[in-house]
Amino acid sequence: MRDVEVKVEHVTRVEGHGNILLNAKNGKVHKVQWQVSEAPRFFEAMVVGRDYHQLSHITSRICGICSIGHSLASLKATESAMGVDISDQTLLLRKLALHAENAQSHILHVGYLVAPDLFGVGSVFPLVATHRDAVLTIVRLHRLANEMSDLLCGRTTHPITLEVGGFTKIPTEEELTDLKARLKSDIETTRALAGILLANVDKLPRFARETEYIGLTSDDEYALYDGLVGSTDTGRHEVRDYRSIVNEYIVPQSTAKYAKHVRDSYMVGALARFNLNSQQLTPLAKEIASQFALSAPCYNPFMNSIAQLVEVAHGIEDSITIIDKLLGMGLREEKNEVEVKAGRGIGAVEVPRGILFHDYTIDGNGKCVKANCVIPTNQNHANIQRDMEVFAPTLLDKGKEEIELDLEMLVRAYDPCISCSAHCLKVEFR
Amino acid sequence: MKPKVAFFDFAGCEGCQLQVVNLEESILDLIDIVEVVSFREAMKEHSDDYDIAFIEGSIARPMDEERLRGIRSKAKILVALGACACMGGVNALRNQFPVNDLKKMVYGGADPKHIENNPYFDIFPVKAVDEVVKVDYYIPGCPINRDEFARVVTALVLGEKPVLPNYPVCVECKKRGNICVFEEGKFCLGPVTRAGCDAICPTNGDGCEGCRGLLDDPNTQSELEVLQKYGLTLDEALDRFNVFCYKAKAEVAKAEVAKAEVNK
Repeated sequence: MRDVEVKVEHVTRVEGHGNILLNAKNGKVHKVQWQVSEAPRFFEAMVVGRDYHQLSHITSRICGICSIGHSLASLKATESAMGVDISDQTLLLRKLALHAENAQSHILHVGYLVAPDLFGVGSVFPLVATHRDAVLTIVRLHRLANEMSDLLCGRTTHPITLEVGGFTKIPTEEELTDLKARLKSDIETTRALAGILLANVDKLPRFARETEYIGLTSDDEYALYDGLVGSTDTGRHEVRDYRSIVNEYIVPQSTAKYAKHVRDSYMVGALARFNLNSQQLTPLAKEIASQFALSAPCYNPFMNSIAQLVEVAHGIEDSITIIDKLLGMGLREEKNEVEVKAGRGIGAVEVPRGILFHDYTIDGNGKCVKANCVIPTNQNHANIQRDMEVFAPTLLDKGKEEIELDLEMLVRAYDPCISCSAHCLKVEFR
Repeated sequence: MKPKVAFFDFAGCEGCQLQVVNLEESILDLIDIVEVVSFREAMKEHSDDYDIAFIEGSIARPMDEERLRGIRSKAKILVALGACACMGGVNALRNQFPVNDLKKMVYGGADPKHIENNPYFDIFPVKAVDEVVKVDYYIPGCPINRDEFARVVTALVLGEKPVLPNYPVCVECKKRGNICVFEEGKFCLGPVTRAGCDAICPTNGDGCEGCRGLLDDPNTQSELEVLQKYGLTLDEALDRFNVFCYKAKAEVAKAEVAKAEVNK
């Protein structure tokens, strides 16, 4: 029986700053802790007093990776607060933008951040020399996702064109036709990426811990932009009741808040969505899931990366369907006339790392007086901690480096967005 | 010998580092001319031996200041990457509230022993990087422009001094043949904001938000004239600048004082 002490400061290949601490004596774990050391940022204070049309531009800066999702949740909250309706065209274009971001983020995660673990290297850079074709496959998919974001949002990161009520600029029919052709050709690229990962998937630890899975769910589609809040434990809930689902609380080892619902933790993200809604995936997505023997319910958090790959495939096929619909309707310039109205609104969107809520109160002058944002990674922190508590004791016979790597891989599997989660919550004014 | 390059992130969204990753195939060319020795967002390895340090994010706590000073002491060249590092960026919007109010607002419900004397929670009003250490070069923007990043790195590798444009966004906007967004009833900070973004916001139908900061010696008179023409005030403009560049107000005041001195 040996003693193990692990301290990983600033886990790499994740967004933001987090530490892992493990302390074991005589083969028994004394302390295992997931710590979030990110500097808190106070976004809910930043938006107070700002005009309704600036809110999505400010809150998109919560996160560089999920800036489109933050913009959309922000716009939905603002529109709901002021009673603004959007057109079918806007809805479809927003869904495309969300697919673009999911692909951007998922490929970045699976391809650049997780793949090095599967190939046993420290980053994607050495793979350029040893596995050039694999890297170029990843780069190709990632670039398409980025260019899709550019086309719809005016920029890859921090959208310009998304505004309250609609778009400041829309793509042309030619641009959409061209995008569709590229998406079609990338179906094979996605299969190729799946093949590369499949060859190395045995490197993902076999670990399972059942938990509650929460995400949007809908009768109509694999819910991403819209839906009710679904839980594998308690069924469906209205979005307006989100506070009774997330139940945030503070722990001393983290500047980010934690969350729990009916158990002491729950999971959000691609695997949660898969567990809730896998029946509604497109054929290619189902095909890839079955290659990896991924079926719902899956209790292995490491499979979150594979669920992300499955969602990339879903996004590509669904985007093609959306583009066909848009082209069938014919694109037209719309004028977004918005009337300022006081009210409170909540927007919920599935972003790459899970369900995201923005909740705004807007006054009669169109200024934000109160805001609350609940971030996916916040909702996962407690679940990461619980997983670690069960996973760490199974690792104690391994070497220190291997234990470190396994624990880091666990954190990485959640694809945490720590800057997001340390944005800090619940600003109550007066 | 290839120069050794390291990336460090402080309070921010990491969207600027993401633009580096988003260089896609060009990043393969870039790693031909530099050696990346530290880039936590993308790689596990880390080395304290580097020539050029890129700093992303703004500075919010004493523990961050200490880390930043350590980086400065090791780096030959230090570059501020993005609006948060260059000017405080959106983070500085919270500087309108006293720190104690913020803590109370956010952690009010927490057990005080969790928060007191806990360095994670020890915040001060947000600072730009150059309020803590000397910055050699700036790559502004929220997010940075990838092409400008590649240009700056290339210049540094060649031992040249990277130069940022010192003309307003309007110049690039006109070149792109855009209709002025003021004509569409939108607000724009283009006339006094540093170009280099290729007028990306007005080109996409939205006004410039000043994320690249004020020009050196901005022609506030011309912005004032534009604003007057469309019935808007300087205060409104400066309030807009607060979103990315909370320093603008102070800088405009400084410029006005300097002008008054010259006119004396």
